[in-house]
Amino acid sequence: MYGRGLRALSIATAVVLTGAAVMVFFYAPKEADQGIIQKIFYVHVPLAIVALCGFVAGGLLAIKQLRTGETKWDMRSYVAIHLSLVFAVGALITGSIWAKASWGHWWVWDEPVLVSFLIVFLLYCCYQPLRFSIEDPEKQARYASVFAIAAGAFVPINFMAVRLATAHIHPRVLSKTTDGSLPTEMLITFLVSLLGVALLFATLWKVELTAKNASMKLKRLRRRLEAAEHAAPSGPPSPEPVGAP
Amino acid sequence: MTFAAARAILRKDLAIELRTRQSVPAMALFSVTVFVLFHFGLDRNEIEGSLASGVLWVTLLLATVLAVTRLFAAEREDAALDGILLAPVDRTAVYLAKAAALFLYLVLLEIVALPAFAVLLLGPDLTDALPELLAVLVLADIGLAGVGALVAGLASETRLRELIVPLLLLPLLVPVLIASAKATKPLLMQVSATTDLGKWLGFMALYDMVFVLLAVAVFDYLLED
Repeated sequence: MYGRGLRALSIATAVVLTGAAVMVFFYAPKEADQGIIQKIFYVHVPLAIVALCGFVAGGLLAIKQLRTGETKWDMRSYVAIHLSLVFAVGALITGSIWAKASWGHWWVWDEPVLVSFLIVFLLYCCYQPLRFSIEDPEKQARYASVFAIAAGAFVPINFMAVRLATAHIHPRVLSKTTDGSLPTEMLITFLVSLLGVALLFATLWKVELTAKNASMKLKRLRRRLEAAEHAAPSGPPSPEPVGAP
Repeated sequence: MTFAAARAILRKDLAIELRTRQSVPAMALFSVTVFVLFHFGLDRNEIEGSLASGVLWVTLLLATVLAVTRLFAAEREDAALDGILLAPVDRTAVYLAKAAALFLYLVLLEIVALPAFAVLLLGPDLTDALPELLAVLVLADIGLAGVGALVAGLASETRLRELIVPLLLLPLLVPVLIASAKATKPLLMQVSATTDLGKWLGFMALYDMVFVLLAVAVFDYLLED
């Protein structure tokens, strides 16, 4: 049920990502101030945006799980959060590299987006320990969903708190008010990269769900087979006639 | 109905706490110990300003962890939660009672910890800033209690409870720490400084509201079956 359309999605992802890479290096102009290192922007920002959206989507899917009580929603929420964590590691590493290159430090505390991202990341790191220390699968789904909802609501509040508390030095490349000079070529390249990373997320999400679904089905079939074997008498049917003389 | 049940559970929790004296004395002792640690760790006899407010709030947050780990202990040990759940009352009552109990524990903790902090570490006099500080403390305590009771419920069924609670609770409380430390900093200065107390109190009120409402909405699902 998850495998449908997977091939088309994968091809689209590969095409858009390749296109984005070509555009980053050959179409988008080189930034006068930061030079080639600014190109990391096309990786870092899409990763961060997709990871945050994935966290929030995990919360929304978890609401669905609690409403319906169906495990498939919990599975979807789990995979979304799990993938977002991987994307978040990527965003933190690329962000750190960018910070080193443009401000000279691996970590900058007075930079609200990076700091709140770290806090959100630390919180979501607990998702899997919490989930897998509960044995009962039905209970596991419910507790994980409650966590996902609370953490999803935490994301915007945390951003607000950190933003209120810090001076702004993060390059606000996207907003027109502070820095209206993002050239159209850069904006288009950025949007293509964002689309590519989002498609990558969707593809991986689908792949993992397909795999989980298939292994669950396999397990169910195997259990049925075992039950059938137990029910039937073991070995080949006995040759002797029933009513022997 | 819900509130009557919540009051009954709260009364039971307070009676247990009054007789066993587990959580609050441990929290108070822990916070005094942490002040001593900070004295040696920072190598300072007197602190003020952002350092003082940071030490105070980090200590209070860490002391909260102790109470949250123990919050469902009585229910867990004798499987008493099943008894409560058998009663035909709203599950929200359990959350409200636990959050109220935690809030009271925090107030009691601060009655001990704040004077101890003023005597042991704080340079400037605290009395002038007391009304503002009380407002910060009340709003922060509501946030700590609301989120703490939710986390206690979340962790109550896990095997790794003692590990999960601090790892889950402390990141969730970072906004409270930011707001309360920022709001307290100008109150603990030697020379009076400009203050944006209103902004931080407003933010904490928003945080408290969001998380208490959220916890009331989702807590039912933690105590099913």
